[in-house]
Amino acid sequence: MISAKRHRVLPGFGLSVGYTLAFLGLIVLLPLAALAWKASGIGVVGLLHLLAAPRTQAALKLSFGGALAASLVNAAFGLLVAWVLVRYRFPGRRLLDALVDLPFALPTAVAGIALTALYAPNGWLGHALEAMGMRVAYTQLGVGIAMVFVGFPFVVRTLQPVLESMDRDMEEAAESLGARRSQTFARVILPVLVPALLTGFALALARAVGEYGSVIFIAGNMPMRTEIAPLLIVQKLEQFDYAGAAALGVVMLGFSFVLLIALSLLQRWSRRWAESSP
Amino acid sequence: MNAMTLSRASAWPRRVQRALLILIAIAFMLVFLLLPLAVVFTEALSRGVQTFLAAITQYGALSSIRLTLLVAAMVVPLNVVFGVAASWAMARFAFRGKALLGALIDLPFAVSPVIAGLIYVLLFGAQGWFGPWLAAHGIHVIFAVPGLVLASVFVTLPFVARELIPLMQAQGSEDEEAARVLGANGWQTFFRVTLPNIRWALLYGVLLCNARAMGEFGAVSVVSGHIRGLTTTMPLEVEMRYNEYHYAGAFAVASLLALLALLTLAVKTLLEWRYRGELAAHAPGGR
Repeated sequence: MISAKRHRVLPGFGLSVGYTLAFLGLIVLLPLAALAWKASGIGVVGLLHLLAAPRTQAALKLSFGGALAASLVNAAFGLLVAWVLVRYRFPGRRLLDALVDLPFALPTAVAGIALTALYAPNGWLGHALEAMGMRVAYTQLGVGIAMVFVGFPFVVRTLQPVLESMDRDMEEAAESLGARRSQTFARVILPVLVPALLTGFALALARAVGEYGSVIFIAGNMPMRTEIAPLLIVQKLEQFDYAGAAALGVVMLGFSFVLLIALSLLQRWSRRWAESSP
Repeated sequence: MNAMTLSRASAWPRRVQRALLILIAIAFMLVFLLLPLAVVFTEALSRGVQTFLAAITQYGALSSIRLTLLVAAMVVPLNVVFGVAASWAMARFAFRGKALLGALIDLPFAVSPVIAGLIYVLLFGAQGWFGPWLAAHGIHVIFAVPGLVLASVFVTLPFVARELIPLMQAQGSEDEEAARVLGANGWQTFFRVTLPNIRWALLYGVLLCNARAMGEFGAVSVVSGHIRGLTTTMPLEVEMRYNEYHYAGAFAVASLLALLALLTLAVKTLLEWRYRGELAAHAPGGR
């Protein structure tokens, strides 16, 4: 505060910081405090009891496991799509590039019913998959596919700027020294991309774990099988189990915080990485 | 001679490899992104244009459109003022706790939309902190419009600030300092120097904020109570119709939201092409 005052040429310090803090306090901090307070109502024993319930465990397992699997798929295909968009020139590239953001722009409820219609047994893809003996709608696979949809842009958009600014001298040097294409990729290109890839992966994971709208339609929401954790919160609220809903909310929020901390560490790491590379 | 045949031989697989990678990328995006979008429009029009028009002019549809516009009209200005204040604080001053403030601004992106709704229920609902007091005074927040606005403000809070902070940090404060030295007061400096410098980034932030505010589902679903004609925004109307097995109607309203998404993407892409230098390089925002 004191140091800010000393070299302050521009006005509005008190107003802008004050307004920002007041708004954040009212919109974010006060409600989160209410969450923590309500959650504490069930106590440690109550929380353990809640977490030990088979239905809670199944939902948490599906939310975290599904999000993990979906984010791995997104890391692989996001890397491929980012690579193709940055390195190759082909007709329709810019359209494809703009399309990457579709999951950000399309409201989740719309994505949810569209995916369900697509993969339902009488849907375009569901019909063909059914013939091959595969079920997607109303299964855990469907949950995963919806999570792939919502998380996809994160990996592509974090990788793109890194790929664009990447120095290609190293690659050419490696190849002129006789490295095979696969060797160049694994030993020269991939290491530079690792921090961004992990960041995109973590962002996609955070999004998929908390996702609600695009998942609940295709999931079918069968207890123990295709119920996700956010849906369990909604159900507890509908049964006026406020403390239970709040406790589950705190568990999920705790995971978000851990991911946020991991992300900020990742960013520090990638900055150091960028500075140390020639 | 030998070297030439060698480089030719290795050039072929490389071109094949390139074509293969492009094909896989296009196929993945067609199946996972474009097909769901196409389904929305085909399902909406599957019973003919007449049915479509009837579905989007029905009572529930019209009131949901009105409510969606009303909520966005309140949410966007609130977050524009917040975003400008926050970016002024973050990009123009050094103070203790700045990193923490930055993390707090980003926090709503990491929170599940369901939790965003839940926290306001715990605050203003019947069993919430202020619930009894509000009930005694006849004020409705949960299952009413104020709750929808609050939940939407929460989920869209970072959009404007996130566009402006990195840009204003990159631009530095020389222009503003020069204006001050030349005798402009604070507000003059802001409106005549800062605002023109950040206008495209501000528009970009408004665009994303608006798209999310109009399309938000999870958070508003928790606080809405689903009272048709009173507290159902367009995404909630989509859900209600879908759960009532009124599929064509659900997809009709959904197609309007999909059009909004396409329009948002088009304007966003246009802004990125034309004003790339005046937008900040930023981490991918999202919901």
